[in-house]
Amino acid sequence: MATQQRPLSPHLQIYAKQITSTMSILHRATGVVNALGVLALAWWLVALAAGGEAYAQFSAVAGSLPGKVALFGFAATLVYHLLNGVRHLVWDMGLGFEIPQVYRSGYTVIALAVIFTGLLWYAGLGVGGAA
Amino acid sequence: MSRLRHPWAVARGLGSAKEGVAHWWAQRVSAAALLFLVPWFVITAVSLIGLDHANARAYLAEPMNATLMLAFVLAVTWHARLGLQVVIEDYIHTPWLEVALQLLVKFAYALAALASVVAIGRIAFTA
Repeated sequence: MATQQRPLSPHLQIYAKQITSTMSILHRATGVVNALGVLALAWWLVALAAGGEAYAQFSAVAGSLPGKVALFGFAATLVYHLLNGVRHLVWDMGLGFEIPQVYRSGYTVIALAVIFTGLLWYAGLGVGGAA
Repeated sequence: MSRLRHPWAVARGLGSAKEGVAHWWAQRVSAAALLFLVPWFVITAVSLIGLDHANARAYLAEPMNATLMLAFVLAVTWHARLGLQVVIEDYIHTPWLEVALQLLVKFAYALAALASVVAIGRIAFTA
C-alpha cells in the first residue's frame, strides 16, 4: 500500500529547527508581548495625564528592576516585530519567496534587529543613567 | 434586482465568514501606518526617559506630538487587537474559553484605546 510507505508528518519535538519556522513563531510571540506593551503604554499616558503622584507611581514601577527588564524586553520585541513585519509586507506583495531570498531577508532582519536593539538599549542606559 | 447578479459575484472573496479579507487588509493597513509611527514613538519614548512629570507632559502637549501619539495609539491598539484575535482563533479550541478570551481582548483594547485618547486629550487641552 502506497500510503504506508509515506513518511509520517514530522512531530514538533523531533522537527529540525529552521530559521524560517523559528522566525515565524518569533513574529507571533513578539507580537503578543508587544500587545501587552500597548496596555503599559495606556497606563503611562493615563498616569501622565492624571498628575505628579500617579506619574511617580508609574515611574517607580518602570524604574524598578522588573520594570526595566520589561522595558528593555519591549524594546527588543518591538524592533524585531517591526523589522520582520516589513519582511511580511514584502511577501504580501508577492516578492522574495525564493528560498535563498527568504534566508537572506531572514538573516538581514536578525542582524538589523540586534543592531537596533543594541542602539536602543545603549540610548536607554545612557539617557536613564542606569548603567 | 439582486437576483440578476451571478452567485459568484456575491460570494467572490467573501469566504465562509462573509467578511472577505477585511481583517487581513486591516492588519496590513495598520502595519503600514505603524511602519512610520513606531520609529517616531521609540525616539519620543527614549527622549522622555529622563524628564520629570511637568516636562514630559509639556512635551506631549505640543500639538504635533499629541497628534502623532493619538495616531500611534489608535493604530497600535487596532493592530494588537486584530493580531491577538488570530492567535486566540489558532490556539484556543475550548468554545467557552475562546469566546471569553475574544471578548476580553476586544474590551481590553477598546478600553486601552479610549483611556489613552482621553489621557492625550487632557494633556493637550490643559497644557
